[in-house]
Amino acid sequence: MFSNLDLQKFVFGRFTLADIPYHEPILLVTFAGVALGGLAVVGAITYYRFWGSLWRDWVTSVDHKKIGIMYVILALVMLLRGFADALLMRSQQAIAFGSNEGYLPPHHYDQIFTAHGVIMIFFVAMPFVTGLMNYVVPLQIGARDVSFPFLNNFSFWMTTAGAIIIMISLFVGEFSRATWLGYPPLSGADMSPGVGVDYWIWGLQVAGIGTLLSGVNLIATIVKMRAPGMTMMKLPVFVWTSLCTNVLIVAAFPILTAVLALLTLDRYVGTHFFTNDLGGNPMMYFNLIWIWGHPEVYILILPAFGIFSEVTSTYCGKRLFGYASMVYATVVITILSYLVWLHHFFTMGSGANVNSFFGITTMIISIPTGAKIFNWLFTMYRGRIRFELPMLWTVGFMVTFVIGGMTGVLLAVPPADFVLHNSLFLIAHFHNVIIGGVLFGMFAGVAYWFPKAFGFKLDPFWGKMSFWFWLVGFYFAFMPLYVLGLMGVTRRAQHFDDPSLQIWFVIAAFGAVLILCGILSFIVQLVVSVRNREALRDVTGDPWGGRTLEWSTSSPPPDYNFAFTPVIHDLDAWHDMKNRGYARPLTGYRPIHMPKNTGTGAILGALSVVFAFGMIWYIWWMAALAFVAMFVVTVVHTFNYNRDYHIPADAVVRIENQRTAALAGRV
Amino acid sequence: MMHTDTAPPGTEPVFHLEEEHHPEGSTLLGFWLYLMSDCLIFAVLFATYGVLGRNYAAGPSPKDLFDLPLVALNTAMLLFSSITYGFAMLAMDKGRQAATQGWLAVTGLFGLAFLGIELYEFSHLIHEGAGPQRSAFLSAFFTLVGTHGLHVTCGLIWLVVLMVQVGQRGLIPENQRRLMCLSMFWHFLDVIWIGVFTFVYLMGVLQ
Repeated sequence: MFSNLDLQKFVFGRFTLADIPYHEPILLVTFAGVALGGLAVVGAITYYRFWGSLWRDWVTSVDHKKIGIMYVILALVMLLRGFADALLMRSQQAIAFGSNEGYLPPHHYDQIFTAHGVIMIFFVAMPFVTGLMNYVVPLQIGARDVSFPFLNNFSFWMTTAGAIIIMISLFVGEFSRATWLGYPPLSGADMSPGVGVDYWIWGLQVAGIGTLLSGVNLIATIVKMRAPGMTMMKLPVFVWTSLCTNVLIVAAFPILTAVLALLTLDRYVGTHFFTNDLGGNPMMYFNLIWIWGHPEVYILILPAFGIFSEVTSTYCGKRLFGYASMVYATVVITILSYLVWLHHFFTMGSGANVNSFFGITTMIISIPTGAKIFNWLFTMYRGRIRFELPMLWTVGFMVTFVIGGMTGVLLAVPPADFVLHNSLFLIAHFHNVIIGGVLFGMFAGVAYWFPKAFGFKLDPFWGKMSFWFWLVGFYFAFMPLYVLGLMGVTRRAQHFDDPSLQIWFVIAAFGAVLILCGILSFIVQLVVSVRNREALRDVTGDPWGGRTLEWSTSSPPPDYNFAFTPVIHDLDAWHDMKNRGYARPLTGYRPIHMPKNTGTGAILGALSVVFAFGMIWYIWWMAALAFVAMFVVTVVHTFNYNRDYHIPADAVVRIENQRTAALAGRV
Repeated sequence: MMHTDTAPPGTEPVFHLEEEHHPEGSTLLGFWLYLMSDCLIFAVLFATYGVLGRNYAAGPSPKDLFDLPLVALNTAMLLFSSITYGFAMLAMDKGRQAATQGWLAVTGLFGLAFLGIELYEFSHLIHEGAGPQRSAFLSAFFTLVGTHGLHVTCGLIWLVVLMVQVGQRGLIPENQRRLMCLSMFWHFLDVIWIGVFTFVYLMGVLQ
């Protein structure tokens, strides 16, 4: 009997059948839905004989455009999961008053708010941002691909592996209940002995590797791969903001990696970094995680600022107002983002001087950000504004983000923060800037660049439906939280006693339903657009009258992006080319040197899921085997020296002649 | 002012290159960036040691534990390995494959000696009851020094792989680039170790 138990422990670690949550009806229904959906997808892929193409053209692809699209798909799928969590929370808080306990017990509710935060930041916002940067940056700088195409593929699969690890926790075991940043000692081995925190740790570690490497990749790309003539002050603003974001990624994510590793050691080895005994110091964790965490919010918002800049100047038909000041504001924000982390825990009690320093640096950040808002406004001033969908998102952003920014300055005042700390006011503030800033920016970017990626525009009607639902829904969902926060209601509560608060939560839940309509409209928009793609088709490659290089090539661009490397003379290079009567060359094509596809990235991603699963459940043999396998695959990969090929000149001629014919057909 | 590099009037400005454009390689820059990110991991570990390094929890302190002559010997091993790696790179520059391989092997042996001494020190400490679970000071010590040791281990494996690859294909440009990256990695570990030696060992015993 005893040896039997030992064998079971060896084979399955701490996993037992009781860890499958089949007694939770919500999870059971979700699982059934996911399983049916998954079967439908697998069936469809088999029916349309798409497996081979999926592997050859997507999974193993090192093309930055395809990887960018896959990142955005990942972000949208995870958005559905993260939003489902939000709906659960909003409905629970709308009903759980007095004697009504609602339908989510505390242990489940705590997992949901943790999962919501983790998923929305790491697996929605991050892949969204990275995906758009991946797709657009090489095109905007006139490059064939990123500096390290294989690394790019590997980064994507590591991010996806992280997302998969988090998703497994839904159906096998449980997720962390220790909030999205996993503060110790709550996240330590004593308070959270289960697998939840381990799912969180390994999901983030695996995805973090991907994020870091994609940061290295994009910096090298922007520094080294620019087309001739594109000096730094002729970079499109989106490339500038991407550069700053990736500098922040490389300078911030190692800190997350390190601090998670220390927490891992506390949990697995029994060290005393963040414990309450034997000299450990939990506040050390707070400092370290926020030295990563604060730059992280700028990692998310800077690319959105870049998108708004591109959108504003395109749809106003003007050069961006104050280009140089925009660049300097971006760089200043990049630097300042490292000097404010302590405002996340003014209440730690580090004293008035320390709090004043961080309060003042925090307020200073509003200056370059304010400069940006004025630049966009002055670009619009006397412009011929076309209120296409991306422009609507931009205007919605400007109004919403200014409100969020102002409540941020309120929170930056340490005495005010002592009152508002951990209240729903804070929740309203950061949703105000993340939804109103990052998410609106990403939707603007998707609407703006979708025709570039797929060759047809998105349906404007359903896009506008989505925009208005999101905008109005946002105000309904989060303005009540400001009110509640000022009344002193704290975050993360599963139940309330005071019935007078209920009406505000009901309004907020109504807002969440409006946002649901916004998300559904977005999905309808995609479906309608695909069905009407012939009517929405754009053969010019430049549907909006764009100003930057990505609009100079076809939509979708060929694998090699540009048949000839462009030469840049001015900011807004494509606008300059059109202005001066540039004629597209029709002859003289040469073979083009390209990187080869490889499956190594996907294999390593899959092995990291297995490794993480073994670590989470203490199935040591599985973790060890997966680790050795990863090692072997990596080393074997380095023995492959045959990594590139040439697209022959006649293939380039064929592709470019098709484009010539398409262009002529339109004219 | 904005059009200073426009072609003179009468001629069309050039808007594309006729030739295939080959941007200079970005591997070394990319690897530098990675190294700086790695440097930040060490920065966190140093900061953690700085904060927790005196939290002995009534356990042993650096003075009780550290054997400076042994650590000095260990430091010498790593410094020598850096010099010999430099010789390997000089030989590579002259295209002398056998000499390159020889110096790489010597570097590997020094690295192995460093690791051996470090493991001996660790096992000795653990036997004395001064393992990483004893106090926050020892947690921070083992993690900082151990992370460096883990990096040296990876460097050694990488070195062996590169020696095999140089043996198979010779000093082709790809292999030269890889040796260059490992060179940066190896010297980087040296710099980190000088920080560890000073900040952890010397200052620990001086207290």
